[in-house]
Amino acid sequence: MPAEESYPADLKYHPEHDWARVEGDEAVLGITWFAQDALGELVHFEAPEAGSNLAKDEAYGEVESVKAVSDVVSPLSGEVLEVNQKAVDEPETVNEDPYGDGWLVRIRMSDPSEVDGLMNVEAYRAHVAEQ
Amino acid sequence: MTEAGRAWPEAPLIFERSQPGRRAGRVPDYGLPPPELPSDLRRKRPPRLPEVSEPELVRHITALADRTFGVDTGFYPLGSCTMKHNPRVNERVARLPGFRDLHPLQEDEGAQGALELMWQLQEILSEIAGLPAVTLQPAAGSQGELTGLMLMRAYFADRDEARDTIITPDTAHGTNPASVTMAGYELEKVETDARGNLDLGNLRAKVNERTAGLMLTNPSTLGLFDEGIEEVAAIFHDAGALLYYDGANLNAVVGISRPGDMGFDIVHYNLHKTFSQPHGGGGPGGGPVAVRASIEPFLPAPRVVRDGDTYRLDFDVPKSIGRVRGFAGPFGVFVRSYAFMRAYGPALREMSEAAVLNANYVLAGLRDVYELPYDRHCMHEFVLSARSLKREHGVTALDVAKRLMDYGIHPPTVYFPLVVPEALMIEPTETEPKERLDAFVEAMRRIAEEAATSPEVLHEAPHGRPVRRLDEVRAAKQPVVRHDFGEQEIATAH
Repeated sequence: MPAEESYPADLKYHPEHDWARVEGDEAVLGITWFAQDALGELVHFEAPEAGSNLAKDEAYGEVESVKAVSDVVSPLSGEVLEVNQKAVDEPETVNEDPYGDGWLVRIRMSDPSEVDGLMNVEAYRAHVAEQ
Repeated sequence: MTEAGRAWPEAPLIFERSQPGRRAGRVPDYGLPPPELPSDLRRKRPPRLPEVSEPELVRHITALADRTFGVDTGFYPLGSCTMKHNPRVNERVARLPGFRDLHPLQEDEGAQGALELMWQLQEILSEIAGLPAVTLQPAAGSQGELTGLMLMRAYFADRDEARDTIITPDTAHGTNPASVTMAGYELEKVETDARGNLDLGNLRAKVNERTAGLMLTNPSTLGLFDEGIEEVAAIFHDAGALLYYDGANLNAVVGISRPGDMGFDIVHYNLHKTFSQPHGGGGPGGGPVAVRASIEPFLPAPRVVRDGDTYRLDFDVPKSIGRVRGFAGPFGVFVRSYAFMRAYGPALREMSEAAVLNANYVLAGLRDVYELPYDRHCMHEFVLSARSLKREHGVTALDVAKRLMDYGIHPPTVYFPLVVPEALMIEPTETEPKERLDAFVEAMRRIAEEAATSPEVLHEAPHGRPVRRLDEVRAAKQPVVRHDFGEQEIATAH
């Protein structure tokens, strides 16, 4: 079942419809409800390797639906600590629970000050309304 | 238009119709000895072939044909694919024995007519592109792209220039980034501005001494002619880079404007789109490439050349990137497209004028009920958005597309280009009469009304076709690409 539209207040958002949950010097990354809804049910998540480095605003993986293949853009820079294997094995998890079980990667931030440049939920909601 | 449509009989697989011993034809037994074959080359058991009688075979094929929708069935506005009518005379010409029965290894002396046709086709294509040299070898647009990028690579290698990046717009066909990667280049994307042109500021920031070139479709996949093309060309040429023209949308500009005059250095054509080939089933295609004189030395060999009154294949092309297609290329495609062009003669630009007129006529009939993200006159196609239908009624571009099937119309391209949410990409082509265009506008307007009054009818569409909404996700995740014979072994009567 696809999730209901929601944008949690405790997340930081990137205009390319990606989110980050900051936990100390680590962050969990994923795509927003808007992104998964625009794509439709995912059939594939092309994940980065654990240990690889992500750069803010750069693609670090791909999500594929029957409509399109889309880059996943990293809201923050850092090293990949862990890839969510459930999102790889059952990509529809991202549609069902984009902020919970459908997270994509956990990273150690290389520049925590980048967080200040991301959108809060109000700003992101306004951004979505313009789409 | 009916909700339930006609009743569609079952269409089992040919293997499911099979009965042991049935045959669709008989060959007299001449009592000849079986041909001698080494035992290690003999198969261990007979092939699994369906066994059906001839009338059952004919009915099977006819039932499949009956379920198929093509340009011969009805309106087929599949954006970017240019599904125009295929004149039947082209088929007749392609079947002339001198063309049809020619052996691909026939020596030049015995293939003068075929070589002359290829040479003349090159000349016409050269004039259309505004570029002096043409290869006919690539067998599809995507292969033309790859060939063009390999030519770029050879051109820069010959000049000892190390360039590793190709720029494509965010509206590019998916084949562009794929070809860039196949050719070993890095990809850089450039954004589209508010008018649907390349964002020149964004472009300037990305073009440098590492840039090999730009791949651009003009008009773009938004159906818009890039108004800044001269400036775009200057940005690349000033940096020593090349411009590649993706000819997917050439149907808009033939005889009106030439890619070479716009500043493009390499151009591919889609013979199967612009110059008519039956191509809905995935082929055959033709993707010739034209280039500037500075790139000509690298064109694939053999070249088709003329010496006085005779024609020959020239293999003496020392800097050639080599062959990109077996033999002389997709020859039947050449014959059909040549016949198509010669039927128009000097009036070929009327083809593009009518294509652009038809698209603008349809756009004018729809722009008050569907969103038009870039409010300009279109070229040969245009992109609408079903975004407001989705927001207000929960009806998506996919629902609209599927509902069109109930009106006897092939769906347009949907969800492309990616810069337009809920995109519907509509290309009527020049071969449709006004009544067909009016019927399409009427169907699209009625569907917009249905979205407000009975959205569930749209969610469940199509209602009158042989199959309903397909489970595309399951098809992608669990594709069944092989028949499961299970216990149903095909008996053999040998």
